[in-house]
Amino acid sequence: MTKIKPRVKVPSKAAVGEMLEIKALISHPMHTGRAKDKKGNKIPRKIINKFSASFDGQDVFSANFEPAVSANPYIAFPFKATKSGEFKFTWVEDGGAEFTATKTMTVS
Amino acid sequence: MKKNLEMREISRRHALGMIVAAGSVVATGMPAFADGAAVASKIKELTGSKSIGEGSIELDLPEIAENGNAVKVAFSIDSPMTSDNYVKTVHVMADGNPTPDVASFNFTPAMGACSASTRMRLAKTQNIIVLAEMSDGSFKQAQSIVKVTIGGCGG
Repeated sequence: MTKIKPRVKVPSKAAVGEMLEIKALISHPMHTGRAKDKKGNKIPRKIINKFSASFDGQDVFSANFEPAVSANPYIAFPFKATKSGEFKFTWVEDGGAEFTATKTMTVS
Repeated sequence: MKKNLEMREISRRHALGMIVAAGSVVATGMPAFADGAAVASKIKELTGSKSIGEGSIELDLPEIAENGNAVKVAFSIDSPMTSDNYVKTVHVMADGNPTPDVASFNFTPAMGACSASTRMRLAKTQNIIVLAEMSDGSFKQAQSIVKVTIGGCGG
């Protein structure tokens, strides 16, 4: 099985009021529960069902994924820089396993 | 000699055509897909049968997707994104997949703008419906068709 690894792209520096685009991706097969393996057995559903992003402890954005989201789910969203702080990104897998990534940003 | 070559060309093309035709028969043989009705009832459930406005949603979808396993879906909605007027939730649905839901996105005023981009699986050519719920409880909708060459059915 491939290793589940999050990757995020956040600028390390930004100006006050600047509009940023935050990109986040996690390597994950996103098994829909419909595909079969080589022996013809159904592969049980296992997907990343939720992504959320917070900045300095405050929730800013979240997404709920269904099996129709592609493998290695990618998400991009806007964010307006107002102050320095830390982003925290969380992905939740079916069954409750969590994967996180953090990134600090300096705003001046 | 020349005539002979031409004939071979035609028969090769003909054979290719037959392969394509056979492929489409297999594709249509797949069972149990969501349809317009499933999406309509989903929308009814989400909106509580409220009227839905049009406009201010910009969709970024390919006209033709060669690979249904990863189709870009992006949207942006014109909104001031202030604490009393912002886009709360956006639902993305597809009417030709086994289930209509693709993803939903929850926005906050802190983002300063309303847009998002991700990648989805499409089983076949179908409509993509984007339904946005505003902070005042009103709804907006936009849709677009994506033609899929090879479905991302995973079956």
